[in-house]
Amino acid sequence: MNKLLSIAAAAALAVALSAGAAAAKVKACWIYVGPVGDFGYSFQHDQGRLAVEKALGDQVETAFVENVPEGPDTERTLERLAREGCNVIFATSFGFMDAAVKVAKKFPDVKFEHATGYKSAENLAIYNARFYEGRYVVGQIAAKMSKAGVAGYIVSFPIPEVVMGINAFMLGAQTVNPDFKIRIIWVNSWYDPGKEADAAKVLFSQGADIIVQHTDSTAPLQVAQEQGKLGFGQSSDMIKFAPKSQLTAIVDDWGPYYVRRVKEVIDGTWKTQSTWEGMKEGLVVLAPFTNMPDDVAKAAAETAEKIKTGALHPFTGPITRQDGTVVGEAGKSLPDTDLLSMNWYVKGVDDKLPQ
Amino acid sequence: MDVLQALILTVITAATPLLLAGVGEAVVERSGVLNLGVEGMMVMGAVSGFGAAYLSGSPYLGVIASILAGMALALLFAILTQTFLANQVAAGLALTLLGLGLSGLIGESFVGLPGTKVEKLVFPVLSDMPFIGRILFAQDLIVYLSFLLTAVVSYTLFRTRIGLIIRAVGNNHHSAHALGYGVIAVRYLCILFGGACAGLAGGYLSLAYTPQWIENMTAGRGWIALALVVFASWLPWRVAMGAYLFGAVTILGFFVQGMGWGIPSQFLSSLPYIVTIIALVIISASRTVSRANAPACLGQSFVPDR
Repeated sequence: MNKLLSIAAAAALAVALSAGAAAAKVKACWIYVGPVGDFGYSFQHDQGRLAVEKALGDQVETAFVENVPEGPDTERTLERLAREGCNVIFATSFGFMDAAVKVAKKFPDVKFEHATGYKSAENLAIYNARFYEGRYVVGQIAAKMSKAGVAGYIVSFPIPEVVMGINAFMLGAQTVNPDFKIRIIWVNSWYDPGKEADAAKVLFSQGADIIVQHTDSTAPLQVAQEQGKLGFGQSSDMIKFAPKSQLTAIVDDWGPYYVRRVKEVIDGTWKTQSTWEGMKEGLVVLAPFTNMPDDVAKAAAETAEKIKTGALHPFTGPITRQDGTVVGEAGKSLPDTDLLSMNWYVKGVDDKLPQ
Repeated sequence: MDVLQALILTVITAATPLLLAGVGEAVVERSGVLNLGVEGMMVMGAVSGFGAAYLSGSPYLGVIASILAGMALALLFAILTQTFLANQVAAGLALTLLGLGLSGLIGESFVGLPGTKVEKLVFPVLSDMPFIGRILFAQDLIVYLSFLLTAVVSYTLFRTRIGLIIRAVGNNHHSAHALGYGVIAVRYLCILFGGACAGLAGGYLSLAYTPQWIENMTAGRGWIALALVVFASWLPWRVAMGAYLFGAVTILGFFVQGMGWGIPSQFLSSLPYIVTIIALVIISASRTVSRANAPACLGQSFVPDR
């Protein structure tokens, strides 16, 4: 019944609008790679969508499609949303990139935004978060807290974003313990709680005593909690799942960015751009430092502060790569383009990068 | 030794949901019904189990709820396919879609809540045995149930009159009907049993494996269980072996990666499928045996002639 009413209301509104009434609502749409209930990456993007609804109220209408596979289905979903009258569409996963480029070309009047990629167009903007800043701090904490000097690292796919994370973590850890080791397991999935838990168990059995993840579920932290080991939350604050194990979490706060961009669409000032914001802008936030001594927490807070002010860049040259070659000029940070296409490990990582 | 023990424990947790759902489905298919809705029943079991455990505070009520949820969905399938003679493949696929969607809806308010875990039941003396003690006698209730299930189902199917009736119904429903057995009734019961097993498998995920509710947490395990049943030529103990083999190769893949030996991870992730298929194909290589095992009426609707 409610549905019927709202359809009737919509029809009435459409008539009113065609009669030349006031400004139309802007429709903002999102597609997520996982379910909004993953309590990780997609969940955080959806929190951003809810922030838009809250901040812009009547001016905006939002919609989302979750669990969109990276592949041909992406294109279909994006096209459908564009046809259904979305004015701006946020494609929130790296693997949506090529589909977004294609569909953006087909619908020049619709604005597209793609997260974590590197291809843009007149109506396709790129936005990204400097997650690696958080991972550098996390690396320092891990090296201080690990008794074994070994961390287990659960990862999804070998894309630059993930490789960058591993390297930033290692560089952070090496400032504390030059011999720090990581064991890496690729689960080839962004989201499979069972597999992530299994990988965590295997890593602990191999002598790691801290777990880091670049996958989206809370499962690895739960294993850490169960076995009395330590770990870090991913994308959202997962302290409820591991009150005795979570040291901190790298939290993505997309809300302010989404509100700003949708506002620009409403005002007609939206332009394509490529933004890459981090801890300074508040897009990447570290959850409270817990389960660690005060001096470790203090040091971590100091590092975070330095990154925020720009005094410290995790990828400051010279950096020795795994194969022994050196990149970057002394005292200068690597350019963003190098970071966004990173396909090499830093020295000290005992893993072969899948190609 | 400790590493090996830890690995075996991990293998058991990884294999248990596949085993439970697979053995249940083996019974369903033995009765001549193809239920492709395992994934849907499993995920409903997961959300109901988590919900009941969270609201009541008792993980065991959660286990019961997960079984009932699997059975409820199975009942729907049975009514559609047995009473209304709907196509089994279509109904099964619909069941999976329904389960995935409905569980997301029901579970919306459970996302992000820490769950209660089914406790380990440790047998005092037996669990002190070196090495195998911890593996066999310090598990949770659902794992013990999975051991028991394999044995009981295997025995029942091949050593009892009930098993004979189930297989008769699956192999030739007209003859079974002529002999006076209620084909539809037997199939209803088998479908419900399969639903209970799939629900319990889901409950294991949300109450023991990773005690939490997140959407789609089954992540395709229902489909793997379905495939195991066929490759295991409908023999429960082979389904169990297949599940453990699949789990073992998966965990071994992780172990090799963690050691940093440089074997491509994509290859290692495909290995469980390859190894399980090869192994089960080899043990069921004999054509006569596998033909004898395949339920002849699999997927066919039964309409009694008057």
